[in-house]
Amino acid sequence: MKLFDPEKGVATVLMVFSITSILILSLIMLFILDGGLPLFNKVGITDFLFGDKWIPAKGLFGASQFIIAALLVTFGSVLIAVPLGISCAIFLAEIAPLWAKRIVRPAIELLAGIPSIIYGVFALVVIVNLVKISFSLASGETILAASMVLAIMILPIIISISQDAIESVPRLYKEGSYALGATDWQTIYRVIVPAAGPGIIAGVILAMGRAIGETMAVVLVIGNVERMPTSLVSPGETLTSAILLEMGEAVVQSVHYNALFCLGIVPFVLVLVLSVLSSKLITKSKARFA
Amino acid sequence: MISKHTTDKLAKAWLWMSAILIILILLSVLGYIFVMGIGAMSVSFLLDMPKNNWREGGIFPAILGSLIVVVVAISFAGPVGVGTAVYLTEFQKEGNVSRIIRISSDALNAVPSIVFGLFGLSLFVFYLKDYTGGPSLLSAGLTLGFMVLPTIIRTSEVAMRSVPYAERMESYGLGASKLQTIRNIVLPGAVPGIATGLILSIGRAVGETAPIIFMVALNPTIPESLFGSGNTLTTQLYYLAMEGISLKVAFGTALTLMLIILILNAITRVFKKRLSRNLRRG
Repeated sequence: MKLFDPEKGVATVLMVFSITSILILSLIMLFILDGGLPLFNKVGITDFLFGDKWIPAKGLFGASQFIIAALLVTFGSVLIAVPLGISCAIFLAEIAPLWAKRIVRPAIELLAGIPSIIYGVFALVVIVNLVKISFSLASGETILAASMVLAIMILPIIISISQDAIESVPRLYKEGSYALGATDWQTIYRVIVPAAGPGIIAGVILAMGRAIGETMAVVLVIGNVERMPTSLVSPGETLTSAILLEMGEAVVQSVHYNALFCLGIVPFVLVLVLSVLSSKLITKSKARFA
Repeated sequence: MISKHTTDKLAKAWLWMSAILIILILLSVLGYIFVMGIGAMSVSFLLDMPKNNWREGGIFPAILGSLIVVVVAISFAGPVGVGTAVYLTEFQKEGNVSRIIRISSDALNAVPSIVFGLFGLSLFVFYLKDYTGGPSLLSAGLTLGFMVLPTIIRTSEVAMRSVPYAERMESYGLGASKLQTIRNIVLPGAVPGIATGLILSIGRAVGETAPIIFMVALNPTIPESLFGSGNTLTTQLYYLAMEGISLKVAFGTALTLMLIILILNAITRVFKKRLSRNLRRG
């Protein structure tokens, strides 16, 4: 009998490795809650979520302006990116010749690989000035500018997930449509896109999560004014950019510090909910054709 | 009324336009950074110390800092990620344990980068200060390692699953043990895929700013040790752009960062070509 079974030994070590990601996730939740929850001993949760005065020096921590700005930026970016992204996904899945695919696919991968700070620096000059000139504003650092740069950043997610969804629509659907005399386009928008619907929506939801959680590109172009945004062309400050800008001056374990962690809890929870929703939809849409 | 064939042509024209527009967006981002950054770029820019509060001189400390945090991140996430993938594909294929591991890994992948920043700040900079040196390159590297772990797990798992089942059976048929099969059949077959995942993760780690922004110091000095403070390309770029210190140096830094990403992207493409050849063979 062997005293030591190397296979069992390796299995144990690998199991410890595998548990690491569970451990890290649990620790993140623990530490973020530990950093944030003490706030609610001093400030009511409704005051935090719905209050619109954020004056740390006076103990006022109303985060609604950050939440509204984050939602505006996110919806703005989705509105811009969805038509373009889904069109490009249809192009890649249905009509692109091989040579075009060979150019567009790597371009989208590269777009996904560019660091957010680079998008930020690009937008800081190019997009901000574009917005400033187009709307004749005093400054182009606005919600709209942030939406535009985020739209570029979420395009790859929308495109790749929608393309997968469109390509997984069975050939039979298409052939049936052609047999009835439909053109390519009629087949695309009456048959293929509806059939791929849940998958496409999953991509959009995932992209929303990415947009809510993004920090660096937004903070450089949104103007960072702690005021309720009045329109898309007014400046604002999102949840993530507020954390980034104020953490440096917050004293550890002060109410301000707790409040900044709470600002982190909001996108954290939103993003987790959105990503669960998205993966449920993807599984469901795959099951439809299986 | 417009005929359905005209609509068809118009719609296709729009689909082509959308793809062209996306290429144009990519080219304008790359082109803009290139044009703005090339003026600052030179060998001495990459290898010199910064002078006069970053307005002159080079960005060597930031390059070194980026290199160190990436090495720390991959030294942690590489073994742990590949190990997890081996466990999930070879030892614990289905069942509750592997389901929880997958869910956690997916959830970890979705955590916003600034939340990693808050987490790293409280765990490494405050709670484990005595072991990590507080805001140090080690803390920053480990935080990035946590962040890229899901990518490595997922890509390695896919790579190992792509090794044909028949090859494993042949190995067992020749009398090899499970460990020998993993070492001689599964891992070698998965190497291109694992390498792609690692390079992808290097690219992400080198480009991230928000997770490490609270752990760097803007010192124009060479980092002394893992436990010492340092700066990376991304965090330096943020300060330069945000404070408007020097746009010239900022764009030079941005170009450096972008060239690193482009090179990593090119390497991934080589591995991917190999990977698709392997798949065809299998």
